[in-house]
Amino acid sequence: MLIANAIVTRDLTLALRRRSRVLQPLIFTLICVSLFPLALGAEVNLMKRIAPGVFWVIALLSTQLTLENLFQSDYEDGSLEQWLLAPYSLPLLIATKVLAHWLISALPLILMAPLIGVLLGMSAPIIYALMLTLLLGTPVLSLVGAIGAALTVTQRRGGVLLSLLVLPLYIPVLIFATTALEQAAAGLSYAPHLYLLGALATLALTLAPFAAAAALRIALE
Amino acid sequence: MFNLLHRLSSPPSFFAFAGRALPWLLGGALLLIAAGCYQGLVVAPADYQQGDSYRIMFVHVPSAWMSLFIYMVMAAAGAIALVWRIKLAEVIASASAPIGASFTFLTLVTGALWGKPMWGAWWVWDARLTSELILLFLYLGYMGLESAIPDKRSAARATAILALVGSVNIPIIHFSVEWWNTLHQGATVTKLGAPSIHPSMLLPLLLMAVGFKLFYFANLLVRARCQMLEREQRSHWVSTLIKEAA
Repeated sequence: MLIANAIVTRDLTLALRRRSRVLQPLIFTLICVSLFPLALGAEVNLMKRIAPGVFWVIALLSTQLTLENLFQSDYEDGSLEQWLLAPYSLPLLIATKVLAHWLISALPLILMAPLIGVLLGMSAPIIYALMLTLLLGTPVLSLVGAIGAALTVTQRRGGVLLSLLVLPLYIPVLIFATTALEQAAAGLSYAPHLYLLGALATLALTLAPFAAAAALRIALE
Repeated sequence: MFNLLHRLSSPPSFFAFAGRALPWLLGGALLLIAAGCYQGLVVAPADYQQGDSYRIMFVHVPSAWMSLFIYMVMAAAGAIALVWRIKLAEVIASASAPIGASFTFLTLVTGALWGKPMWGAWWVWDARLTSELILLFLYLGYMGLESAIPDKRSAARATAILALVGSVNIPIIHFSVEWWNTLHQGATVTKLGAPSIHPSMLLPLLLMAVGFKLFYFANLLVRARCQMLEREQRSHWVSTLIKEAA
């Protein structure tokens, strides 16, 4: 537990010292969101219909942008190799690292969701549903992304390859989240979709750290 | 049995065995595919609803089966390569990827050609079409990762993990896409003919399916032999082989 605490504290401190790295994905999200009304016309009904999908697609892309940094700096300064030697279980270390990544990159996005929701003309209950889906869905994105990040950690410019590997695996999250929001917009219960997202999150939490650990071991062999 | 497998998995004996098996597999594949084409294109009657255009099914359906089958082969070979570090398994997984991607592509193209006269559109966001497209993305990601890692052996192990992650994900993706489809547009276009298939159409379908499978194995052996030679080019058995051939 102590080591987990240390990793999270360290990563949060690092993130606070380099605030632009945290802010840039958020700005990216904001810019992308504002591109859609410009491209499609800001008709209110159209916005209402496409807003949840637009927001979720952009959330996937911005998460994917931050993934490259997940292990990269630790790989470059050699601390990743120390992880392999450390007397702690590697999957646990990775899970903590992913938690830190989620706190730095996904949590701000969730907190920013109301602002973007208002920009896209969502009503309060929809924004609430949006935040719930983000809360359950973004951990899956970070966890599955960690596998891709571990596989491509030794690549110099692995960003595009990473998106090629990871984005197809994100499709179930996208589908369940946007369907939940569609149900919410229609005034129906969206609890089943949230349960499914929760199931995905549980599955990812139990399996992804082990896969990422195996991938890291191979990459650093 | 295990002993035999173990001996077979050593590169030189695999190379020799594959060389002997190749003509039989290729011959069988050609024979079955020719018979299947004859049965399917000439003997089988026209469909009472779809006319003659349903006949593309005899290519479409077997290649769709193959696209999934080959991914499973890749995942299984990848698991074997990860656990026992058997070179042959690595080679089989890596040699399967382009074949699988080609079958997936073939499925999509024949599906589009079939969809145009039947549904009036080249592409429909139907559950099965969408899953097949995502499967193609998974294949492309696999090949992309493989080509990005210069060392063959660590590339094989990294892609093995990717294939295993993909094989856990494929059912989830398929289920979610199917569900998305029924929620969005309802299963109006998915009904492809009656569920029961007439024996005169089933026979060519099965012939083609087995023929495609043999063709895959033959193609796999050609690629695997070639890769084996490349990977083992510094070993003794390859140099004696070359000397004997010269």
